[in-house]
This record gives sequence, structure tokens and C-alpha cells, in this order.
Amino acid sequence: MPLRLLHPHLYMLKILKYSFYDLIRSRWSYVYFMFYLLLGFVLLFLNNDVSKAVITLMNVIIVLVPLIGTIFGIMYYYNSKEFTELLLAQPIPRSSIFLGQYLGVAGSLTLSLVLGLGIPFMLYGLFKSDAIFDFSLLLVTGAFLTAIFTALAFNIAISNENKIKGFGYAVLLWLFLAVIYDGLFLMSLIIFEEYPLDKFSLAATMLNPIDLSRTLILLKLDISALLGYTGAVFKQFFGTDTGLLVSMLMLLTWTVLPIWRIVYKAKRKDF
Amino acid sequence: MIEVDSLHKKFGKNQVLTGLDLQIEEGGIFAVLGPNGSGKTTLIKCILGMVLPNKGAIKVMGAPIKNTWRYRKQINYLPQIANFPGNIKVNELFKMIKDLRQQPDRQEELISLFGLEPSMNKRLATLSGGTKQKVNIVLTFMFNSPLIILDEPTTGLDPASLIQLKNLIREEKSKGKTILISSHIMQFVAEVADEIIYLLEGTIYYKGGISELQKKTGQKDLEHAIAAITSTPVHA
Repeated sequence: MPLRLLHPHLYMLKILKYSFYDLIRSRWSYVYFMFYLLLGFVLLFLNNDVSKAVITLMNVIIVLVPLIGTIFGIMYYYNSKEFTELLLAQPIPRSSIFLGQYLGVAGSLTLSLVLGLGIPFMLYGLFKSDAIFDFSLLLVTGAFLTAIFTALAFNIAISNENKIKGFGYAVLLWLFLAVIYDGLFLMSLIIFEEYPLDKFSLAATMLNPIDLSRTLILLKLDISALLGYTGAVFKQFFGTDTGLLVSMLMLLTWTVLPIWRIVYKAKRKDF
Repeated sequence: MIEVDSLHKKFGKNQVLTGLDLQIEEGGIFAVLGPNGSGKTTLIKCILGMVLPNKGAIKVMGAPIKNTWRYRKQINYLPQIANFPGNIKVNELFKMIKDLRQQPDRQEELISLFGLEPSMNKRLATLSGGTKQKVNIVLTFMFNSPLIILDEPTTGLDPASLIQLKNLIREEKSKGKTILISSHIMQFVAEVADEIIYLLEGTIYYKGGISELQKKTGQKDLEHAIAAITSTPVHA
């Protein structure tokens, strides 16, 4: 009997391909893509200033990308449950199934973001402008945020059989990291204002991927003068190459850890 | 073919399998029977590696299955409820599974056997329950594997398709394959099965031939023999 088995990575690529095409064909991917396309055109051609457009975009991206990543991630996991069960009975390693699906979701969302914003900026003549670095940084952090929040959503979904609960936890997580965290952070700054808070602020910023992305972009945009004393401290850290490197490593850690847990959980779950 | 050694499985507080031992020899049709919740599907899913046992070991074709996936190439599995991704077409589903398994298949022959040609370009969500089950069956019998596991294969089938399914099962048996079937339809079991494995409260209560069981319980009809199985001491 012919027994051809592929290398495990090839199975993962195949699953990735199916998930990616499945999502690319869905209406919501187009809506997401069109949204960024429209946003990009409106900001550039009404504003006529790339730097200002990048700041506005940052404010949108920093909140919207995590939300969409979370919702798409959780919905895709629950909606493809049947497909997953079909695959689990096939000769495919479990890690390939879940990694493939995850990469399919994160990949298609990132593509919507990059193309949606990239096309208007390219048409505007981004390559001739000196904002290209800021803009690339925006897209890179956007890609990271997509990867991070899709992975977090998969983690929640894999640990919760109950759809409603899973969805609830995922939205709460987004709400916490996008809104509540900042509130707590500010409050602790006010309460402990008599103490030196530089290290604390730095650490608190590093521990939230949304804050980290925001700070990273703001400081690169060179408007840190607006941020006062803390801004100066931050500028000293994030403004340097070391700061950029450490921040990127931190974002990478935020991506890798949840992905690792997806594989860990998937290997130990009953279906 | 399959060796199960003191298998334990618990879902939360619910102990489903309690030290199940089972030997299934190569070749023949084995029916896994038992009341609802007796652990039939759990046992099948353990063999497939979809459910991970708390204790105990399973060997398929002589090799332990723990932490491996390659042995599934030797298994064709028909799941209990034909749940397919709804927004893809039937032929896309077949293409996908063939792409994953990379084995020679008999898709065309089986599609015409079950008359699925008109459904090939339809999305799976639009198919009726019976048609979905036919797709499920084609997908299961498409590849040539030594072990075939069928979980409630008769669900939703019309009489003509049921006859085709029985013929298909007998044909596979004649090729020397091992077929594991779980079913609640006793008439179907009596027609196709060589041996019965009766599960009760998470262990094997009876394993043996149908005629033997009828003799032991003093019941001529398999349905009554199965119903009487727990009231008469017939331990294997």
C-alpha cells in the first residue's frame, strides 16, 4: 500500500491555504479592507499632510486592529469547529491544524490592513515622502497587534467550549487592554505622584501591547515634546535604537507566547 | 489490529470509560453497541486520537498511538454527525481531503454509486441531512485503508443508499479489512456484523458472536437479545 506522508510543515501550509482562501472569499474581509482603503484616501486627500494622517491612522489602528483581530479570531475558531473535527481524524499533526488556521486568520487580516492603507499611500506618493519610515512602523505594529490579538482570541476560544462565554471573555480582554488598563495606569500615576515613576511607567507600557505600540509610534513621530517630563524619559528609552529593538522584542514575545499556548492547549484537548 | 488496555476517561466529573480492555483482531466487522452514554463514541474517538485517555494505552496495528498522528493514514473514519464547513462546495471538500491524504482514491465510482453528481457544485450548508451523510460515506470509503471506523453510518439514509452502504461494507470486509461500527439499528447490525462488542458503564460487558449471544440470552431476535443482555449473566 502506498504510504506517502508529508512533512508536518507542509500540512500546516495546506491548512493555512484553506483558511486563508476561506477568509479572503468572505464578505467581512472585503469590508475590513474597504474600510482601510476609504480611511486612507479620506485622510490623505482631505488632510494633505502625511504626518498628520499617520497620527490619525495610529489612533484608529491602535484600537480597531486589536478589536477586529479578537473578534475575527474568536468567530473563526468557533465557526470552523466542524472543519477542525474533520481534520482531526485525518493523518495530520494537531499543531499543524491550529497553527495553520491561526496563521490563515492573522495573515488575511494583516493583508487587508497593509493593502487597504498601502494603496492610498502609494498613490499619494509615499515613496517620495520622508514619512515612509513612520508609515512602515505603523504597518509593522498593526501587523503585530493583529497577530497578538488573534492569538489571544484563539487562546480564549480553545479554553472555552461555550461560544457566548468565549466571546464575552475576548471582548473583555480587548476592553481591558485598550481602555481599562490606561485608566488604571493614569490613576496609579496620580496616586503615587510623589514617588519616582519612570521605571514603573516604562514597565507598565511594555506590559500592554497596545500602549507599547502607541508609545513607539508617538515617539518616532517626534511629538514627544508634547508629552512633558515623562515624555523625555520615554524619548530617552523608546527614541533610541535600543528602545526600538527592545520594544520590537517585547511585541514579538507578546506574539510568540500566545501562539505557543495555542499549540500546548491543542495537544491536550479532547474533541 | 486494535489493542486497548485498561482505558480510563473522565469528562469533568463524568467517568465515561472505566478500565476498558479490548482486543480486535484483523479482518471482520465488529459492532460496538451499548445504551446512550455508555462510551461508544468516546472509545472510537480515543482510538482516533481525538479524545486523550486519562489512563491506559491503545495500540493500532501493533504500535502505541500516544503522541503520534501518522497511524491515522491507516484509518478511514465516518463521524457520527456529518458536520461540514458550510460555505464550501462538495467537490472542494473532496479536493481538500484528497490533497491532505495524498492517497489513490475511488471518488468517481462512489459518487455515481450514491448518485451525488448533481450535488457536487452545491455548498454543503444547502444539502439535506441524508445527502450530507452520503458525502460523509463517500469521503470515508474513498481511500484504501486497512481499518474503517463508522459511527452511526445509517443516520438519514434512504433504503436504496442503505443497501449500497451494506454492499460497500461487505465488499471492504471481503478485502480483509477490519471494520468497526457503532449503531443503534439492530437489524442493520444483525445483517452485517460478525461480532458484537457490548459496552455498559464504561467497560466491555459482552464480546462475542451474534448466535452465541442469542443462545445465551435465549432470545431469537437480536434486538431482544441485546435488551436482555443486562438481565441475564452473559459475561464474556
